[in-house]
Amino acid sequence: MIYLLLFFEFAKISIVCVGGGYASMPLMEASVVDAHHWLSLSEFIDIFTISQMTPGPIGINAATFAGMKIAGPLGAVCATMGFVTPSVLLSLIVAKIFFKYGDIGPVQGILNGLRPAVVALIVSAGLGFVFLALWNTEHRPENFLAFDKSHAIILALAIIATAKKISVIKVLLGSGALGLIFGIMGL
Amino acid sequence: MTNQNETDEKINASGGSKGSKNFEHFYRSLFASTFLISAFTVGGGFVIIPLLRAKYVDEYGWLTDEETLNLVAIAQSMPGAVAINAAVLMGFRMRGLPGALTAMVATVLPPLITISLITLAYAAFADNPIIQFILKGMQCGATALIINVAIDLIRKQIKKRLVLPLMIILATFIANFALGISIMYLILIDGIIGLLLMRDEIYS
Repeated sequence: MIYLLLFFEFAKISIVCVGGGYASMPLMEASVVDAHHWLSLSEFIDIFTISQMTPGPIGINAATFAGMKIAGPLGAVCATMGFVTPSVLLSLIVAKIFFKYGDIGPVQGILNGLRPAVVALIVSAGLGFVFLALWNTEHRPENFLAFDKSHAIILALAIIATAKKISVIKVLLGSGALGLIFGIMGL
Repeated sequence: MTNQNETDEKINASGGSKGSKNFEHFYRSLFASTFLISAFTVGGGFVIIPLLRAKYVDEYGWLTDEETLNLVAIAQSMPGAVAINAAVLMGFRMRGLPGALTAMVATVLPPLITISLITLAYAAFADNPIIQFILKGMQCGATALIINVAIDLIRKQIKKRLVLPLMIILATFIANFALGISIMYLILIDGIIGLLLMRDEIYS
């Protein structure tokens, strides 16, 4: 049953993503793109891009997008509830323990171990994004020299812009505009 | 539960007479304010939490500053979406389970509706060549964001000068990227390492 599967798949993602929005990305990619083939990597990055410009946490947005695309509005609701339920329950339990005993050592320990793991996974997912942007492949490119030059220019400019603390929305809109200009010019 | 009673008194004090009308009013205000904040805040948990705090603490006086700080600290260290965890915890602190549910639905609904509509538009327009050029450009922009986030996270970890987290980063990266080991196994192993070796305050 697709609705249950969506719920549990996103529940699984939710419980292991510690450290904010970006942390859910690699896990979601592994599940939605690699394991279940619900979305292509390109569609997945589009969701990520859209999430940066619309309200709401990226995890919720990606769950809604994937659920909607796979199984319509009810799929969107199931995926989103799946993503929300476990972390909310865990937060409530930990808050109870905290206000009762003032100590959440073991839980904290697990999360302390997961935080650096998530850093590594974000780096790993980021490299996958770079492969798709520059070599148009989801895996390691065969010929590193044969990269897309116009995309490399956009990527380089966007990296500089982000490092200069220009707002995310401006960076994305600017990249989109450059993509359009280069595309129409046939570069 | 003493705190909840205090909050009740606060609400009754500010709202006048006791009774069901007052409770209805509380849930309606909680839902409306949370829904609006969630609907118009772009930029995730670290933007939305101060706004919720301003509403609940400063404007309505439903929570104290100190308990809000504690709740936010817990929400931030838990998995999942920080904004939703925080809103739910604050709702729970104010009114128990009904409060938590109200806050949850109010934070989840706006992105659920927005993204559902966008998905329909995406399905209709994604094949258009003009849209494809724009999306491809934006993919490069999104890739740049991820690269910067990754660099920033690594730099923060290096600054802490702790051996264990850096080893976890390196080993997890190699295992995932070069060896293709499933993320779920890596999370499990790193969680166990954390449970056994990283309970100390310095690691959080």
